[in-house]
Amino acid sequence: MTQGTVTIALPRRAAMLSVLQRYGVYLAILLILLFNLVATPHFFELDNFRTQFVQVVPVLIVALGMALVIGTEGIDLSVGGVMAMSAAVVPLYIGYGFLPAVLVAVVAGTLIGVVNGAMVAFIGVQPIVATLSLMVAGRGLALLIANEQLVSVTDPGILALGRDSLVGAVPYSVIVAIVLVLVIALVVNRTTFGKQLVAIGGNRRAAALSGLPVKRILLLVYILCAALASIAGIIGTARLGASVPSTLGNLIELAAITAVVVGGTPLTGGQVKIAGTVAGALLLQFISATLIKHNVPDAYSQIFQAAIILIAVYIQRGRAVTR
Amino acid sequence: MTAIEPSASQSSESLASDAQLARERVVSVVQSYGAAIVLALLVVIASISFPTFLTPNNLTNIATQSSFPLIVAIGMTFVILTGGIDLSVGSVFALGGVLGAMGSQSGVGGTFLLPIVAGVVIGAIQGGLVAYAGMAPFIVTLAGLLAVRGLVLAVTNAGSNTPLITDPVTSVIGQGKVLGVSYTVLIALVLLAAGVVLLARSRGGQSILAIGGSESAATLMGLPVARVKFVVYVVSGVCAALAGSLNAAYSSSGVPTVGVGLELSAISAVVIGGTLLSGGKGSLIGTLAGVLLLAVIQNMINQVGSLTSSVQAVVSGGFLAVVVIIQTVLARSQRL
Repeated sequence: MTQGTVTIALPRRAAMLSVLQRYGVYLAILLILLFNLVATPHFFELDNFRTQFVQVVPVLIVALGMALVIGTEGIDLSVGGVMAMSAAVVPLYIGYGFLPAVLVAVVAGTLIGVVNGAMVAFIGVQPIVATLSLMVAGRGLALLIANEQLVSVTDPGILALGRDSLVGAVPYSVIVAIVLVLVIALVVNRTTFGKQLVAIGGNRRAAALSGLPVKRILLLVYILCAALASIAGIIGTARLGASVPSTLGNLIELAAITAVVVGGTPLTGGQVKIAGTVAGALLLQFISATLIKHNVPDAYSQIFQAAIILIAVYIQRGRAVTR
Repeated sequence: MTAIEPSASQSSESLASDAQLARERVVSVVQSYGAAIVLALLVVIASISFPTFLTPNNLTNIATQSSFPLIVAIGMTFVILTGGIDLSVGSVFALGGVLGAMGSQSGVGGTFLLPIVAGVVIGAIQGGLVAYAGMAPFIVTLAGLLAVRGLVLAVTNAGSNTPLITDPVTSVIGQGKVLGVSYTVLIALVLLAAGVVLLARSRGGQSILAIGGSESAATLMGLPVARVKFVVYVVSGVCAALAGSLNAAYSSSGVPTVGVGLELSAISAVVIGGTLLSGGKGSLIGTLAGVLLLAVIQNMINQVGSLTSSVQAVVSGGFLAVVVIIQTVLARSQRL
């Protein structure tokens, strides 16, 4: 009796809210595409979409790692510093060739994740302060390593990663992003690690009591997030053709957190939505592109983005209440 | 706190009470005065290493330059004590400066009234969303950081206008001194004293601590949790805007790009000063020590000369990490 009545008596508002929570981001993408179809000339052209996809790559990759961290009820503010770090390291090792330079850059960035993870997992520091200190120190270190200089990168491998496309159609950076999305989606949905990560975010004490290696998983999540941010730093460097540790990845933590939250992953942890995160990053990209194409000043587009964050979080917040 | 009568139920704990008590006392002293102790040490080191450090000129500089972040950090302390956080202060600081400089065209009242009103409005919106809509402070004020920076750009024609301070009284407030102490320092100290009294002696101050300690317990006790949370964000907004307008008065112009990253140094100062980010415990005097500590570190780095701002970033970031690690470890040992 109870089950039947409950489903039928589900209030219409709650039902609508739950649809919005689940599919809001896709609906929003649809709406913005429709708007552009009508109002923006030359939006629906292959070149434009290629540009949009290339531009979204760094934020998207950072957001993937951020989604994992947020899934554990954490947050990582240091991703911009990590990007700066990997960008600063690339020109130092590019003399050894493309692959060694990329590897060392990822390792250097990931070291920041090790420190983050160790502070959060083993010492129990709140993620927001732990990663805040590394956000400041990470970029500072990157600038020290780079001697506060902008260095142009001329390695053909790096430049190809930033500018060339596979068979002239799909840019390499987009391919990297797609591969990473698939890998992370697999990790979240199909591996024990993924299940454990979500369990920790849902209820850390319960996870610990049921014998999950909570500390090890947390450490790993922050390491993974930093590794992804390092890759984003390399791609960012490749696109600019220069290592710019002073500005690369500035405020990217905001964009990444927004993408994750807009995509339906609650800040309270316990869930990770990879498809939603991808959609969230794309939505933000389309919005900023639309604003630019309609010559909306930067000032108002920032205010607009802030409003979107708030609306998205407000809708997500309703989930805890309705559940 | 000092005299503990072992009750029957605590008999097992009272066995180890002497050693444990001593340790707990050390822990609590380090937590409350750690920043002050380190500050004293640093001052000694600095005065030995740099002959120019203890000169009146240098000390006045440190004091004046700390007065603006101190005012911001006072508001931040209130917010953090409730268990919240305010990431928008850097942008509000910039808006306060720009609006203050614009308002100075109609006299000293405009310099400070306009920013304060803006601070109240921004704080009220953020506080409303946190307190009444139940949204996470972190995300609300993150959006605030973005939106207010957008507002700054909007009122300065995308950052290309830098309104100048034209009012002479405003300039005196910003740059004047009495007995070698800047007015801005005096204003900051008055605000600090008011904050200390409010926190320790008023019902609102006690409510703030209670809410930070345990929000659900505070609700059950019948405290106006939502109203108190609302108010602390308004206070933080006003503090940040006022600090921004004073900074504009000091530098004779409202520069649209100031205050980037200010939220980080304000939070660092508060946390270094011994206020727990989880709320409920901390002090404004600690915040003062934290602000001065960061200022002295910066001053020492400047004195060396060959070091750059990135060294400053590494040192203050590393310092923050060390402090929170020590705090977390101490807090844990206290709980045991």
